[in-house]
Amino acid sequence: MSNQSTFADIEKSQLSASLVTANKRAQKTRALLLAPAVLTIFLIGILPLSIVLVYSFLEPGSYGGVKWNLSFDAYIQLLFEEDIFEETLTFNTAYLQIFWRSLSLAIVATITCLFIGFPMAYFISIQSAHRKNTLLFLVTIPFWTNLLIRTYCMLLILRDQGALNLALVNLGILDKPLPLLYTDFAVGLGLVYAFLPFMVLPIYTSLEKFDFRMVEAGSDLYASRFKVLTRIIIPIAKPGIAAGCILVFIPSLGAYITPELLGGGKSLMIGNLINLQFGQGRNWPFGSAIALILMVMVMISLFVYLNRTTRNEES
Amino acid sequence: MLEKATRSAIEVRSTTKIYGNDRASGVVAVDDVSLEITDNEFFTLLGPSGCGKTTLLRLIAGFEQPTQGEILLFGEHLEGLPPHNRSVNTVFQHYALFPHMTVSQNISFGLEMLGIDKIEIRKTVSRMLELVQMPQLADRKINQLSGGQQQRVALARALAPNPKVLLLDEPLSALDFKLRKEMQSELKRLQNETGITFIFVTHDQEEALTMSDRVAVMKDGQVLQVGKPREVYDHPAQRFVADFIGDINILRGELISTKKGEAKVKLASGFVGDAILPIGVGDISGVVNVAIRPEQLSFSNSTNSTLPGIIKEITYFGSGLHYEIELSTGETIKLRQQSVGRSNTEFSSGETVNIAVADDAIQVLVD
Amino acid sequence: MSDLSNTAHNKVRQAKDLKYQPGFSYITWLALFILYAPILILVLYSFNANRSVVVWTSFSTDWYVKAWHNEGIQSAALISLEVAVIAMVLSTTFATMAALVTTRTPPYKGMNISIAIINQPLMIPEIVTAVATLIFFAVIKKATGANGIGFLITAHTVFCIPFAYMPIRARLEDMDLSLEQAAADLYASPLMVFKRVTLPLMMPGVLSGAMLAFIVSVDDVVISLFVGGPGETTLPLYILGQIRRGVTPEVNAVSTVFLGISVILVTLIFLFGRPKSTRPEKSQ
Repeated sequence: MSNQSTFADIEKSQLSASLVTANKRAQKTRALLLAPAVLTIFLIGILPLSIVLVYSFLEPGSYGGVKWNLSFDAYIQLLFEEDIFEETLTFNTAYLQIFWRSLSLAIVATITCLFIGFPMAYFISIQSAHRKNTLLFLVTIPFWTNLLIRTYCMLLILRDQGALNLALVNLGILDKPLPLLYTDFAVGLGLVYAFLPFMVLPIYTSLEKFDFRMVEAGSDLYASRFKVLTRIIIPIAKPGIAAGCILVFIPSLGAYITPELLGGGKSLMIGNLINLQFGQGRNWPFGSAIALILMVMVMISLFVYLNRTTRNEES
Repeated sequence: MLEKATRSAIEVRSTTKIYGNDRASGVVAVDDVSLEITDNEFFTLLGPSGCGKTTLLRLIAGFEQPTQGEILLFGEHLEGLPPHNRSVNTVFQHYALFPHMTVSQNISFGLEMLGIDKIEIRKTVSRMLELVQMPQLADRKINQLSGGQQQRVALARALAPNPKVLLLDEPLSALDFKLRKEMQSELKRLQNETGITFIFVTHDQEEALTMSDRVAVMKDGQVLQVGKPREVYDHPAQRFVADFIGDINILRGELISTKKGEAKVKLASGFVGDAILPIGVGDISGVVNVAIRPEQLSFSNSTNSTLPGIIKEITYFGSGLHYEIELSTGETIKLRQQSVGRSNTEFSSGETVNIAVADDAIQVLVD
Repeated sequence: MSDLSNTAHNKVRQAKDLKYQPGFSYITWLALFILYAPILILVLYSFNANRSVVVWTSFSTDWYVKAWHNEGIQSAALISLEVAVIAMVLSTTFATMAALVTTRTPPYKGMNISIAIINQPLMIPEIVTAVATLIFFAVIKKATGANGIGFLITAHTVFCIPFAYMPIRARLEDMDLSLEQAAADLYASPLMVFKRVTLPLMMPGVLSGAMLAFIVSVDDVVISLFVGGPGETTLPLYILGQIRRGVTPEVNAVSTVFLGISVILVTLIFLFGRPKSTRPEKSQ
């Protein structure tokens, strides 16, 4: 009997050993499968961000690139203008204005998208299955079609000889074309036009599973149509609203194409400013510094968003 | 010794499954369970949701690994064997039929994986389709089948490789009442025809009682009682088992004498009657819970060794009447009366009655 | 647009329907009109015979013919295609492998971090990524002397991975694990389970992922603008350059074709993207 039991023990230990190796093999497979995606993004998408940080503290090279001298010029330049002859710094708000314009345009675009996008998402969600799909499809198409070309279409509309002005003049509402293009208004409109689908789709997703009997329950308990909206529907759609706002806000803040095409040289945003430093400006450290500040702004908004959503989940 | 070992189809030896790190912080799904399921048996794991019955089934199938203990299939150790190396097959709760294959492709899948030759596979598939009575649906896609048909395909697919044991994870729960009844006798027939050991998981006590050769009642990861349906129903050992299976009255009583399995119990109302002690339990004495089935009670004209009470409520349930009666102690007791002709005396609410208890009807519970 | 022409009867029905919120339908139809009107104007212009792009004269496909024979457009289109196809294949392969791990293995330490890394390109403004990649590649180019379109393709692959990953992961998450368990239960080895069950069932997700990756690569402007070297002008960059010089009817034609192709691809994704459920019990 005792012999048998020791034999069984040996068998068991071999067995657990084989389980351990099986486990190790599974870990290896897992690592091998994950590596290409994770390493590619880490090496080329994340690691270079630290190089940007380093570059922002260097001196610009004369033809792009950098000189390896520690310098805070890039950050000083943001707020002050240096007089080369007198070596004095004077406060300069030109760059701050661009940051301010970007921030306010992004906020206005986000709010506008919310006020248009929420009703759209809600309206789509109460349609019959077939109609719902059609409408959803119509919103999805602009979501995935070329932003450059869509913005270009907007340019065709807003030009002095564009469709809108042409129509207004021909109808006799205006006697000469209104200069719409290359204004903050044009850029704001362009941002809303570009990113509206980003607002509709997440809100729709949060309303998709909404049990509309709750609306009946609400009105059964004496809530008016408006109260049902504000007390029941909007709170339930909140995660979608938050996601939609962040999805509109981030690309708006860092927009490049929209202000490039619709703002021209007059309504610059952070994106154009960065591009200038790597193009004509030839000031890579300054461009890096601006890019970093943009990223910090985005990180803060993401942090606020995540903080809010996780807190909501807890409560 | 050897003889006995080969006769058991599945042997679960003090097996524990803990999800998480340890007993304290994790969830103990299966807690030190030992079971022996004999060859050719229709064995049912019965219990409420979360009692660990499905986990136990998955341990046998190999989808989970036990934290402790061992499981043997016809005497062979299963630990460490992946599911595809175990000759047990599962009928999944929601069938898990492959949606991109036809009915016959689903049924032949296991046979193909075993490397059986094509002619043999074709024969087996058509035999299986005959067995589940749907040969005309061989080339249908899965999403073109009704729930009952999917159920049959799932059975055929699991039976096709002729497993040593068939595991069924609440396979009838998605069906409506009538279809479920139909499939119950169908499953019983299949088990008889194939001679394969069935291990069936359900939370439906009626299903368990009608279909099984033996039932194991589970709660909180532990097996509370194993026995033939009749034993478990008539002689529940524990309060939970008594409560879970069928309708039952549980009353307080005092054990006044115990001798070799025979005992006398004095109920709170003063009634004294013969009681059956739970099997395999050592000394019990003093105040205990006793269980009496409502159908073991009847009305009596005599006041001698009966329980007096007042009828509180009468419910008609088709084949009989259900009475709620308040005893003198304040306890409420249920009495069930089958309508047989017109012989039953009719009572009305508020009437004072005497209740007689059938022989061997009082079961002493462990807790 | 049928809602704009609502009958009185319809109005009454909507007013009684508790779900209905006043004004929402108008906002929706108006917003859809605003989303599509500019595109229609572009299409209209592209068929206009007049060069001035201001007034409509007559229908003409001349600009399409001209654009077709334009060498600048031809080479830009080929470069776009080359970059997009290679980036699509690479990113879809990587994303599929990663999605299998994140949905088909028990949770492990570091799983959330790997998912966060994969999604990272979605979190950072494109222009920041563009700057970072430009600088990083400049460093490598200087150190190794290497050059060529490979850099642009690599940059595209990076931001395509999360787009390919999303639908594949969604598809795998929607696939009931019990299907794979059933296959294993029926004696299929892990390799066979993958070949016979996982792969065929996840295919729609992989196709959607590949098409999304292709679209985002082909549409990209900002990253290509920063990372693309001389002679690596993609089609969007070519169009951008032309727009900067002034509106031309040829650009309208190219843009219309470009949009048309995008719409076809999005339509296909939309059709693939709504999978029939793999859970049979739901289909009843």
